[in-house]
Amino acid sequence: MANNMSLKRNEMPTQDAVIRATNFNEVALGYSEETAINEAMRCLECKNMPCVSGCPVNIHIPEFIAKIKQGDFEGAYEIISKSSSLPAVCGRVCPQETQCEAKCVRGIKGESVGIGRLERFVADWHNAHNTENVEKPKSNGHKVAVVGSGPSGLACAGDLAKKGYEVTVFEALHLAGGVLVYGIPEFRLPKTVVQKEVDTLKALGVEIKTNVVIGKTITIDELFEDGFEAIFIGSGAGLPRFMGIKGEALCGVYSANEFLTRNNLMKAYKNDSTTPVMKTKKTVVVGGGNVAMDAARTAKRLGADVTVVYRRTENELPARREEVEHAMEEGIEFKFLTNPLEIKAKDGWVDGIICERMELSEPDESGRARPVSVPNSDFNVEADCVIMSIGTSPNPLIKDTTDGLEVNRWGGIVVNEDGLTSRNAVYAGGDAVTGAATVILAMGAGKTAAKAIDEYINSK
Amino acid sequence: MYKILSKKVLNPTVTQMDIEAPLVARKAQAGQFIILRVDVDGERIPLTVAGFDREKGSVRIIFQIVGATTFKLNQKNEGDYIADFVGPLGRATETEGRKKVCVVGGGVGCAIALPVAQKLYEQGCEVHSIIGFRNKDLVILEDEFRAASKYFKIMTDDGSYGEKGVVTTPLKIALENGETYDEVIAIGPLIMMKFVVATTKPFGVKTTVSMNPVMIDGTGMCGGCRLTVGGQTKFACVDGPDFDGFLVDFDEAMSRGSAYKEFERHAYEETCNLFKKEVE
Repeated sequence: MANNMSLKRNEMPTQDAVIRATNFNEVALGYSEETAINEAMRCLECKNMPCVSGCPVNIHIPEFIAKIKQGDFEGAYEIISKSSSLPAVCGRVCPQETQCEAKCVRGIKGESVGIGRLERFVADWHNAHNTENVEKPKSNGHKVAVVGSGPSGLACAGDLAKKGYEVTVFEALHLAGGVLVYGIPEFRLPKTVVQKEVDTLKALGVEIKTNVVIGKTITIDELFEDGFEAIFIGSGAGLPRFMGIKGEALCGVYSANEFLTRNNLMKAYKNDSTTPVMKTKKTVVVGGGNVAMDAARTAKRLGADVTVVYRRTENELPARREEVEHAMEEGIEFKFLTNPLEIKAKDGWVDGIICERMELSEPDESGRARPVSVPNSDFNVEADCVIMSIGTSPNPLIKDTTDGLEVNRWGGIVVNEDGLTSRNAVYAGGDAVTGAATVILAMGAGKTAAKAIDEYINSK
Repeated sequence: MYKILSKKVLNPTVTQMDIEAPLVARKAQAGQFIILRVDVDGERIPLTVAGFDREKGSVRIIFQIVGATTFKLNQKNEGDYIADFVGPLGRATETEGRKKVCVVGGGVGCAIALPVAQKLYEQGCEVHSIIGFRNKDLVILEDEFRAASKYFKIMTDDGSYGEKGVVTTPLKIALENGETYDEVIAIGPLIMMKFVVATTKPFGVKTTVSMNPVMIDGTGMCGGCRLTVGGQTKFACVDGPDFDGFLVDFDEAMSRGSAYKEFERHAYEETCNLFKKEVE
């Protein structure tokens, strides 16, 4: 078969922007078999595989794409699952455009191969067609505890379970999945997809204990007393940050975490939900990351007019390009070079937000141009709801109750290249270490730690 | 699933339950709280621990029927199960080294104040208790408080039991008479705690209050439970629920606490109506 030399990749079919802005169904609909094969034909199967070096978990990308070319979708799945524990998730939420796809040779002249879209296709195909039961590996008799059932915890648990470890995952909430269930909205990552991945882990023998807060219900030291030989901490990002401006405690001000948790975990967007979410008319989201986009698009679907205010320009937005484009298509307004100064109040509720104009100056330590305020440029943005999405600081529960666990200046757990913390046999990864990052980096950290835990226990 | 080991009606709107939750019971301390869901798809609500039995593996909760979730919880009986029960969350009330403490409880807040009074009493502290209710029918835990207190006073708004008046009246008299407390611990409605603080502040007596704001996860993730304490944003779930009363912005907390009032009223009415239909 000849390569498909089209400079453009196959478009991802999506729900119409006007319609999808009123529902919570998934936006991207996925490739058909035919489209997937056509897109796969664009891959040149480069010998030096630059794409693989761009993948945090080194999926053998040209190999799985070659299988798609042959129509062997299950074969493609087997190749992906050697390196990734959550392909259906990563195919949806990975920033492929800055990772594998950024390295794709086809991207030099034209568009790179739609690697993420192909990954998602393969995972969905597998989930739709595979009825084979996952076999539980024979136990090797060693017990490992995993704290948190988000991407890093699930990846770590999966890899260890496959090696025969008896893995128990402790989850603080009533449902497994971490940020995949409380943070990322249904329209971007359907919760059935997450559930499927969790079920696969359970079939591998992983035990998931919900409603257990490590650091409170059980401490790290008590886990060792209970017979666990090693522990992986993947407790995720923590408390939301606020700007420290006047009015942030008014009714109608949410952190993005709270707003998203109400809607994603507690299903507040559904009419029959027992958890409320404010029905507002004019929502302002402060911040420019993926979480801000998720919050803005959720607010839009709840019926509000939504404005995102961001202090730098469109070029500096940390969110994925695709998310920004989707948000814009859905009618979300962006005010760039805009910085909130004060949230105005009326009877205890939000009544507008005073902002100032910014301009970009020299790059700061993060390498991004530093925004500086333009004097006397205050203006009012109409709002009855404000969602603060400006990052998080690490959760203190585990560090406060674990002697000898070293954390850095801002509270992130300190680890070496294997994910080992300052405590023997205690490993950590994901947002608890790095601060808010991506699903795939967390997953990669979980896998790295799983390998190190295996080596550690074998060397004992 | 978590089994309801016992249920006791304390007054027409307040119920006590012992829930089987050995992991929580093993760690629970006075001042901490739990989060529960009555059923799958239910709302997560925080309730402060009202007691625990480490041997039996049970945790006591006392709740007032104020909304849809507490209404549904109250429909459950001994032997029934609730979907989720997680904890203990938050920091325990600090009692170490206290020699003489005045515990002030209001309404259902007395359920939370009692284990604090008992803990203080057990460690040899001289406990003075002042508890208040709207009327005689709403009085709970009187005997238990008496047993843990050297000095005990009960107040009702309408004078139908104990003395007529609010809890701050005897507190003020005691302070004016030169009573010296290491600490005053106030647990009850926000408005009561606000006035307790206003009473103790002129005397400079350290005053601790237990805050119970809106919460979702309760583990330091959502930020819904934030309060302004001493001009700083604090989170009741991980920094509290106890705070220095002199520093808490009560007016803001009261405003935030009422954010979902309308929704809650609707949900409560709907739930009651549904239940009535089922009964008919």
